[in-house]
Amino acid sequence: MKNTGLPLRLEGVSKRYGKYTALTPTDLTVAAGEFLTLLGPSGSGKTTLLNLIAGYLEPMSGTIEIGSRDVTRLPARQRNIGMVFQSYALFPHMTVGQNIGYGLAVRGVSKAESTRRVSEVLSLMRLEGYADRPIQKMSGGQQQRVALARALVIEPDVLLMDEPLSALDKQLRRTVQLELRRLHQEHGRTTIYVTHDQEEALVLSDRIAVMDQGRIQQLGTVDDIYDRPANAFVAGFIGESNLLPVKVNAVAEGKATTEVEAFRRTIVAPAAPGVEAGQTARLLLRPEHLLLNETDDGVPAEIIEAVYLGELSQYGLALESGQVLTARRITDRSLRTGMKVSLSWDPGHARVVPEN
Amino acid sequence: MRSAVTSRYNMQTVLLLAPALLVLAAVFVIPLGRLFSLAFTDPAGTWVPFQTLLTSPVYRQVVANTLVVALAVTAICAVLAWPVAYVLSRLKGVWFVIALYGVLFPFWISVLVRTFSWMLLLERNGPLNRMLAGSGMTDGPIALLFNNTGVMIGMVHVLLPYMILPLYSAMTRIDRRLLLASDGLGAGLLDTFRRIYLPLCLPGLAGGATFVFLLSLGFFITPALLGGANAITLSMLIASFVNDRLAWSLAAAGSLALLLIVLLIMGLTAKMLPLEKGMFAK
Repeated sequence: MKNTGLPLRLEGVSKRYGKYTALTPTDLTVAAGEFLTLLGPSGSGKTTLLNLIAGYLEPMSGTIEIGSRDVTRLPARQRNIGMVFQSYALFPHMTVGQNIGYGLAVRGVSKAESTRRVSEVLSLMRLEGYADRPIQKMSGGQQQRVALARALVIEPDVLLMDEPLSALDKQLRRTVQLELRRLHQEHGRTTIYVTHDQEEALVLSDRIAVMDQGRIQQLGTVDDIYDRPANAFVAGFIGESNLLPVKVNAVAEGKATTEVEAFRRTIVAPAAPGVEAGQTARLLLRPEHLLLNETDDGVPAEIIEAVYLGELSQYGLALESGQVLTARRITDRSLRTGMKVSLSWDPGHARVVPEN
Repeated sequence: MRSAVTSRYNMQTVLLLAPALLVLAAVFVIPLGRLFSLAFTDPAGTWVPFQTLLTSPVYRQVVANTLVVALAVTAICAVLAWPVAYVLSRLKGVWFVIALYGVLFPFWISVLVRTFSWMLLLERNGPLNRMLAGSGMTDGPIALLFNNTGVMIGMVHVLLPYMILPLYSAMTRIDRRLLLASDGLGAGLLDTFRRIYLPLCLPGLAGGATFVFLLSLGFFITPALLGGANAITLSMLIASFVNDRLAWSLAAAGSLALLLIVLLIMGLTAKMLPLEKGMFAK
């Protein structure tokens, strides 16, 4: 299993169901060995995109290439993909070993070779000795690993996973996430992973494509997406955020001068592409970037709520304009509900983003 | 405490089942026992009726013919039912309802009426023969009635729903994603059918085949009317023992033999297919 898979390239791929556009024309390039997550709410088009790559759906337009091969019109069985379904879709009438060996059997791999590769992948998945078990006797977490083993054993050019952890309980999900990351780091192969869970995406991915309304809203590394969100949707979907409506007066050298009504003042902050003078936009302030001081050169606010989360605390802050913000700080017992504070932030931490 | 609850529960079960069990005993078990006792109480000797049957070439031929017809009907039903059940399992909404009623509709008409209808259709000068001759496919009328062909046509028609319904129910329980998974793993359509779809349909196929085969073995009205004297089945022979020859002991022995064949086949099916485990349930 030294194969790292092949690169994947999509150009102008779209899908419509009648009048409903499931995916607007989309370009996407994934490098060999890369772990890319499609992250978005339900109905955002992420599963449609995955099924188009798998070959379970036919695109209305565009081309899909795996390596240098155009697979746009090929059925799934000719694409050499490994698919892990949300429900696992394990064959109920077969044993663990037969399930995993299925892809090899239909490829005409010899019995001996198949047995060897199945036991190899079983040990990779830490499932040694389970080959002859009926699939129904396996627990949810074990079935998940069998499903992954079945997809990996055929050495797919691209590994596709559709919310593979959503059927597991929270504890197990965390363990399997780390397991998946270990596997990818050791045997990295091109992987497209669909999830609506941002934490999962942050733990696993090299890059994340944040999707909404049938399009990729932003494609970038974890840092890009968290620190430099492209628009208000991405900023709101990843992590927690305070998004304040602003009016943009001027944009110059990547910085925007904006009127923030909630603060009743003008602020200069780094701006995302697409922010234009004369338009409305949003000011993003992450809760962990808000500083609470007792001096009075900042924006005046009152602590209306203090929730202790352990070493961190979360504060609800009411501004004079009535706007409420959230701040998260290392717990400081001197900050109490009802206290007047002054808000400030490092100018580099604020960001003006287009509304959508 | 627990045993008190259990025994109370058992008591309720017994009371609820009692009326049905009493009726069943009175109108089924006791008469059946009486009939079978006739097989062993022939004045000529205890085993004489069985010896008579075993040594009779007619009886052996009838048993063979009955088995052949039942097997053929089962096979034809399976082939015809497969596409119907598949379409049923894929249809939705109003089309599904229409198709399902299409399958069930024959149940609303008595078997006797349907069999007479077939007699009209299959006659020497009936519409089917005229159509075949008219289209030039046959030179003259062919014998569709009073032979095994007629018997099989009629029986397939009556028994087809018993094959379609279990098969349909097995097909609807197959998760479509299993077929997608097989496809994604590189299996061609034939492999997906052979390795995934067919094995998952097997419980339904086995259930339907058992129904049809067992019903065929004991079928009377349809073979009696469509087969006549040229295509005698076991049930017709038993009826003739009673009606024409008043040989009750032979009829009883023949019935007992039929029952044993049925039980043997059911036992074998149950052994070969682990249906009682629910097979692929869950």
